[in-house]
Amino acid sequence: MNAAAPDRAYNFAYLDEQTKRMIRRGLLKAVAIPGYQVPFGSREMPLPYGWGTGGIQVTAAIIGLDDTLKVIDQGADDTTNAVSIRRFFARVSDVATTERTDQATIIQTRHRIPEMELREDQIIVYQVPIPEPLRKLEPREAECRKMHAWSEYGVMHVGLYEDIAQWGHIAQTYDYPVMVDERYLMAPSPIPKFDNPKMRRMPALQLFGAGREKRLYAIPPYTEVRSLDFEDHPFEVQRWDEVCGLCGADDSFLDEVILDDRGGHMFVCSDSDHCQRRRAGGHVGPHAAEAPETVA
Amino acid sequence: MTAAWDAESQLLDVDKLNQRFGRIVACRDVTFHLHAGEVLGIVGESGSGKTTLLNCLAGRLPPTSGHIRYAMRGRGLKDIYALSEPERRMLMRTDWGFVTQNPRDALRMGISAGGNVGERLMVNGARHYGQIRAAAHDWLTRVEMDTGRIDDAPATFSGGMQQRLQIAKTLVVKPRLVFMDEPTGGLDVSVQARLLDLLRGLVRDTGVSAVIVTHDLAVARLLADRLMVMKDGEAVEHGLTDQVLDDPHHPYTQLLVSSVLQA
Repeated sequence: MNAAAPDRAYNFAYLDEQTKRMIRRGLLKAVAIPGYQVPFGSREMPLPYGWGTGGIQVTAAIIGLDDTLKVIDQGADDTTNAVSIRRFFARVSDVATTERTDQATIIQTRHRIPEMELREDQIIVYQVPIPEPLRKLEPREAECRKMHAWSEYGVMHVGLYEDIAQWGHIAQTYDYPVMVDERYLMAPSPIPKFDNPKMRRMPALQLFGAGREKRLYAIPPYTEVRSLDFEDHPFEVQRWDEVCGLCGADDSFLDEVILDDRGGHMFVCSDSDHCQRRRAGGHVGPHAAEAPETVA
Repeated sequence: MTAAWDAESQLLDVDKLNQRFGRIVACRDVTFHLHAGEVLGIVGESGSGKTTLLNCLAGRLPPTSGHIRYAMRGRGLKDIYALSEPERRMLMRTDWGFVTQNPRDALRMGISAGGNVGERLMVNGARHYGQIRAAAHDWLTRVEMDTGRIDDAPATFSGGMQQRLQIAKTLVVKPRLVFMDEPTGGLDVSVQARLLDLLRGLVRDTGVSAVIVTHDLAVARLLADRLMVMKDGEAVEHGLTDQVLDDPHHPYTQLLVSSVLQA
């Protein structure tokens, strides 16, 4: 079936107007209190929990006819989750979709923030599996709410302490906890900590939706976001010894790709749009010639 | 009461404390006070309201009626249940400590010994790994634990070691007042003796005040300056420890003292 043909049996963007209004009210509150988790009446969506039901509802609530949607999963536009969510919105609304970061007005993402710096007229929507950053240390929800209410966040450093005691450095690499505007502790969703610095004072509006846990939160543009650390073990992002095999980038987040069963492997940019545009611009990585079609 | 100290040194002032659970009366008109640097033992049989009283004192259970006033730093005696909840929680993590009978209730079993001791420091704002680590190391030494096990989880420790760890975790923030609920219960006698010896040393060294609930008169004799005997929710007798144990007045106290097996 033609993926782009809109399906008139559904309301625009799938959700009914009342639901979208409810979510927008929640989002307004979330923007007003940066980092605070706002409860909302999460709906059943036609995809399983954990595949982005929260993000898809946020996108459905804010998308309009003149928007251009980009969906990424692990940084790539061509992964199953990204393709099906993009196709879903093409089907239930008439909006244009794109794979280009610079052309999108709404970017729904799972696990990554695009390498390209986002602009003020863009909104990035994160899919969040576990919105509560305190959950691992405090199983009681009522207690977590009190800790948020009174900013009692000292206990978060216990996890970081354990990492240093065990590995000599902070080993947590994703969903790395941040303080938003020096007030609320926030789980940035499972993005690599490589992307944490991008959240700080980002010109674009950042919205977070957790469908199963029924929570919304947000970071307004140009808000201070600080990753937790110790004075003598400051926050650091991942580094790679190699460059992207296809485009030669040395400053992007790299995924390791296995090439054969004899130990052959290469690193490629996880942001497929970034990599594509670099290659179109004439950048060539060390493995560009030998890379199989599926990777390129 | 035994001695007339001046009100200046009062740390805790309990006035006509009552705690009811429906028809059951757990504490009836309990009145006493505690001075800075003093250790009060509360003894009595099971079900006499000792633990309920301790929970009330420690801010964990609002009493049905009566007042508990605590001398806050620079603020004088304040009713702890009239404070806002964040203020009370602040007291609990800075000024107070609570040692439970079962260390597994107070420790994070999946977090290393060092992390457990350091947690109380981090909760109070410590953000320097090296200093937290050094404090944890220091306190493991002070409770006579093998510092080589600083990175092991308490789940791998014996009951006595877990209890030592809990004591280290409680005292690392230098509290002014520690509540202990049967701190040596469930340990064998030789471990108990060493732990008591350790506790006595720590209490004397740090000058911390303590309220210790126990049914073990030997624990009371070793640790407590003063003793309060409870029966059916009432404080039937209190006085200096030696005085109460050597010359018990109330029939129940006499029974309690005479029930102890003489080794």
